[in-house]
Amino acid sequence: MNNAAEKKLALSHLWVAFAAFIVACFMGEYQVLERSGLFPSLESPTVYFASVSTHGVLMAFVLTTFFIMGFGYYIASTSLKQPVWNKPLAWGGFWLALIGVVLAALPLLSGKASVLYTFYPPIVAHAAFYIGATLLVVGSWVWCAIMLVMFTQWKKANPGQNVPLAMFATAANALLWLWASAGVALEVLFQLIPFSLGWIDTIDPGLAKTLFAWTLHPIVYFWLIPTYTAFYVFVPKQAGGFLFSDEMARLAFVVLVVFALPIGFHHLYMDPEQAKGWKLLHGIGTFVVALPTLVTGFTVIASLEIAGRLRGGKGLFGWIGTLPWTNPMVLAVILALLMLIFGGFGGIVNASYAMNAMIHNTAWVPGHFHLIFAGTTVIMYLAIAYYLWPILVGKPLFSNSMALVQLWTWFIGMSVLTTPWHVLGLLGQPRRISTVVYNNLLTLSWKPYELMMILGGLILLGSACLFIYNLVKTQLTPLAGEFTAEIEYAEPIHAVGVLPEYLNGLMLWNKVIAVLMAISFGYPILQFFFMKTFGSSVWGY
Amino acid sequence: MQNDTIKARGLQIYREVLVQLNAIHIDHLERKWIGISILIISLLVGIITLDAFFHGVNPPSKVETIDSASLHLSKEFAEENLGVQIDDKGNVVVRMVAGRYSFFPKHIDVPAETPITFRWVSMDVVHGVHIPMTNMSTMIVPGYVAEITTSFPKPGEYPLLCNEYCGLGHNHMWSNISVIEKEQWTSKQNAPASAPKGGSANE
Repeated sequence: MNNAAEKKLALSHLWVAFAAFIVACFMGEYQVLERSGLFPSLESPTVYFASVSTHGVLMAFVLTTFFIMGFGYYIASTSLKQPVWNKPLAWGGFWLALIGVVLAALPLLSGKASVLYTFYPPIVAHAAFYIGATLLVVGSWVWCAIMLVMFTQWKKANPGQNVPLAMFATAANALLWLWASAGVALEVLFQLIPFSLGWIDTIDPGLAKTLFAWTLHPIVYFWLIPTYTAFYVFVPKQAGGFLFSDEMARLAFVVLVVFALPIGFHHLYMDPEQAKGWKLLHGIGTFVVALPTLVTGFTVIASLEIAGRLRGGKGLFGWIGTLPWTNPMVLAVILALLMLIFGGFGGIVNASYAMNAMIHNTAWVPGHFHLIFAGTTVIMYLAIAYYLWPILVGKPLFSNSMALVQLWTWFIGMSVLTTPWHVLGLLGQPRRISTVVYNNLLTLSWKPYELMMILGGLILLGSACLFIYNLVKTQLTPLAGEFTAEIEYAEPIHAVGVLPEYLNGLMLWNKVIAVLMAISFGYPILQFFFMKTFGSSVWGY
Repeated sequence: MQNDTIKARGLQIYREVLVQLNAIHIDHLERKWIGISILIISLLVGIITLDAFFHGVNPPSKVETIDSASLHLSKEFAEENLGVQIDDKGNVVVRMVAGRYSFFPKHIDVPAETPITFRWVSMDVVHGVHIPMTNMSTMIVPGYVAEITTSFPKPGEYPLLCNEYCGLGHNHMWSNISVIEKEQWTSKQNAPASAPKGGSANE
């Protein structure tokens, strides 16, 4: 199949994603250096908070959104074996999102939007920041629409057939993101943009935080789904085996998408604008969404065991040694699962309702999300890139051993960075501080951990540079001889019969989501219009 | 009549769901693992829910609004009413204002092993406050009163730190709290009002 146009589309998205990634990695290392207090000449809250804001936006919004879009286009066209629907529209979405990023980058880099990536009002950034972010999201909606159209068209053209698992997961992610982004879209369009332009004098920060919490949890699953997709559709094949269960994978994606949405209030456990009953309800939902991750862990490890035994592994653990550890995808999944186990444990602590008080907004929180996002999620983005690059550019990977070193150092760096970060949180260090000025005995105990974080950041930065170098060399090295590589999807070990509609379509789940969202967000949002509230006026920073 | 049709429809849907669930292949090991996962999750959810309902273990969640722009005109948070007070029922109530970049008053004494109700308000942007090693943690959102009741088992000097980014001076936003033995605190309270109210500077 000649899909050169799809390859170009995917590659363009992925390069934007990884360009954002490498810039943000340099900022991350600067931030740990600045924060340590070792270099007085570096110390500047103005630069620090501009950097943290940019780092957060680049990593959480630009890397993820562009990666997910590029990955999704290529998955859709190869798994459904048809061209991407309406390519001019897809390119329109790409340019819209890219213009949005540039528009937001201008105030971010010039210190006019040091509001961090959570941008809680009434602190306000330059309007260009919110408008740029909106364009990025609108660009991603174009992607959602194309994914859902391709999903629906394929189903119509192939009645009685199962949608390939990879496409089912991608379409489910598009649906998830449409629902998830609605919260922040309402906040930005009706509150922040009019507020930053001076069209309205006051806004309610409680309502703004509630709308942001709507988006804040499912967005992490939007980022995670490509990682889980790779777990299910690439890893078993790369390891030399089969997927343990296609049906359970679909069930896991469904539960993930449905229950990721109505649970955002675990970010508001310590907030005064929501009552305890609603927080508890969202808290229970937060635990439910651990279920698909536990199922995913089982299926992935079972698939790896099948591969290990097919390769001659014997005994209870012998199959682990026989896995192809030199395959970047296989190595990455093992390291990703290790980080998921520790990150998941930390997540349970965060989710635990009243216990959250001990770690809320402490250094524990960025420690946690670096481990589980920059660790588990991003290491799979890197492995997917190593897998896709030769296919997309039609040349072999420049260096497989460099890729392995890079993945190991990413894992080691992330462990060295996030372990002391968690400890700092338990020792009471607040997140989002540019230096430690508290004149207190307690703060002396923070020092060694901050030094360790510099080392972790340095390892990660070196690792990130290796990654970019490898991709650039792969693309630029002239091709000697013939090279063809095609994307290969894993086969399930049990052939799948005709699936019931609830595992082959999203209509039912869309309705379930609508009901759950109405229950969990209906009253908590409406309350702001029923009770006497007092708005806040604009504040700088 | 209509009830019957609804009931019949419900039963039909239930049967269809069962048939559909049985239509997919689930390995017996997978069934066991799902069972174990559900058990673990139920245990955690159960502990949290029971604690919330029977022991009152909840995060600070009293939804109460206030005009943050005119705190000085409000009776409760006027300057002379800030700090530690004992209300009519004998409860210790602490009223604090958070504003860039400090908590007011800058230093307070509270008794150990005594339930203390903190009432926090912001006079500008979103702040957070945490006393490390304790569960005295709440967000302070302008327009709302954040109320939290807790007690400190161990006497000592504790910092009181802002834990939400509130501007470029965020890391300078802190103050001190002394937790002192209950008897000592009570006698200090009963002593003539010679001790300075409010407190000393901390930097």
